[in-house]
Amino acid sequence: MQTLTQRLANPTRFMELSGSVLPWIAGAAAVVIAYGLYLAFYVAPPDYQQGETARIMYIHVPCAWLAMAVYAMVAMSAFGFLVFRHPLADVSAKTAVPLGAAFTFLALVTGSLWGRPTWGTYWVWDARLTSVLILFFLYLGLMALRSSIEDESLASKLTAILALVGIVMLPIIKFSVDFGNTLHQPASVLRVGGPTIDTAMLTPLLVMALGFTLMFVAMHFKAMRNEILRRRVRALQLAQVEKAQASQLAAAE
Amino acid sequence: MSAFLALLKRDLMLSVRQGGALGTALGFYMLVVTLLPLGLGQDLNLLSRIAPGILWIALLLAALLSLGRVFSSDHEDGTLDVLATGRMPLEMVVGAKALAHWISTGIPLALTAPVLGLMLNLDIAVYPLLMATMLVGTPAVSFIGAVGAALTLRSYRGGLLIALLVLPLYVPTLIFGMAAVNGLLGVSGTSAAMLILAALSLTSVVLCPFAAAAALRVQMQ
Repeated sequence: MQTLTQRLANPTRFMELSGSVLPWIAGAAAVVIAYGLYLAFYVAPPDYQQGETARIMYIHVPCAWLAMAVYAMVAMSAFGFLVFRHPLADVSAKTAVPLGAAFTFLALVTGSLWGRPTWGTYWVWDARLTSVLILFFLYLGLMALRSSIEDESLASKLTAILALVGIVMLPIIKFSVDFGNTLHQPASVLRVGGPTIDTAMLTPLLVMALGFTLMFVAMHFKAMRNEILRRRVRALQLAQVEKAQASQLAAAE
Repeated sequence: MSAFLALLKRDLMLSVRQGGALGTALGFYMLVVTLLPLGLGQDLNLLSRIAPGILWIALLLAALLSLGRVFSSDHEDGTLDVLATGRMPLEMVVGAKALAHWISTGIPLALTAPVLGLMLNLDIAVYPLLMATMLVGTPAVSFIGAVGAALTLRSYRGGLLIALLVLPLYVPTLIFGMAAVNGLLGVSGTSAAMLILAALSLTSVVLCPFAAAAALRVQMQ
């Protein structure tokens, strides 16, 4: 008797299911992001202190959320791979890492561009910025470790261990705005006692966050499908090489 | 426990008698500290202000350099396989080797810091505190480093890769080490930073052997 996860984790069924769902998710992401951008540029009021620059928030904050959420997903996939040894969990972890690195990079760049007009500097070495930069290096380390080992299954297992070790960074990033002096503003949406941000700005922000998350899911599904196909092609090639070798041996005898 | 002590003793003797591992690390430490004033200029006031940071960063780099050999020589000659099939859990083996690395590298580097501090015009009153932060913080350096050494055992670019994997994880240690030193130089919170530094070290002593042993097991199957 298979559980629901076990049935969904079958690569062939995953290919079927993700193939039929993918266009809808990608379309939904495009629509939601377009609507979110409309809200962010035309509906949301400019900030009374920062003026129009505050609109960078609608890109910056979703990227920063995804930077952390994707790492959590990589770590969960890594855990699933180490415990249940399921190849699909490894496919998920492997393909999410470059996406997470891209979102982290975008969060750093947009934050830096936002910092220049409001703080007067592109970069400060405070806890939040530094810890997000370290998260970016962690993503790079995961990619570097995987690419430096030839044996693919060994590389998967070692990368999974590193991903689990790196999860200690997530709470440090989340709470980095609470300890020490920082220019970065404290948490204003996901906090005890409800959001401190006005609804006129919160709504576009949440719409953009939903849109970016849908975009990540769509890109992740696509990347996972590519990875599964790549592995199948590789397995077929290896089988062909073995077959050719066997027939050569037979011909020699 | 006697097996643990025997392994610890063996690794310490090897680090003293074989290949001058300690001398290399110390030499590297001194050279980095020598190069920095040449690059930064000879302003003694500037040097004395940034000396604790220079010494801490040079210590991290020197310790990192010696990490690559923690498992690789034993892996090459098969000792690691013998240890893995023995009765002592692999986690304990990793613990013994990381502890040996701390005693043979971390402690000497921390004890050399005052000599180099003199060359950087560092206030003598800071020395006990600086050495204390280094002694409290270096166990984290050795044990986190052991995870990196275990993960890169079979990769092509071991040395460079280990730096890329391990240095980001050293950041909390460096931050709280510096916070503790700077406490004496004027800012408050030295004891809090020292306690956090100790917590980082103790946590990594407990948790890192499991990660490193898992990485070793995967590679020896």
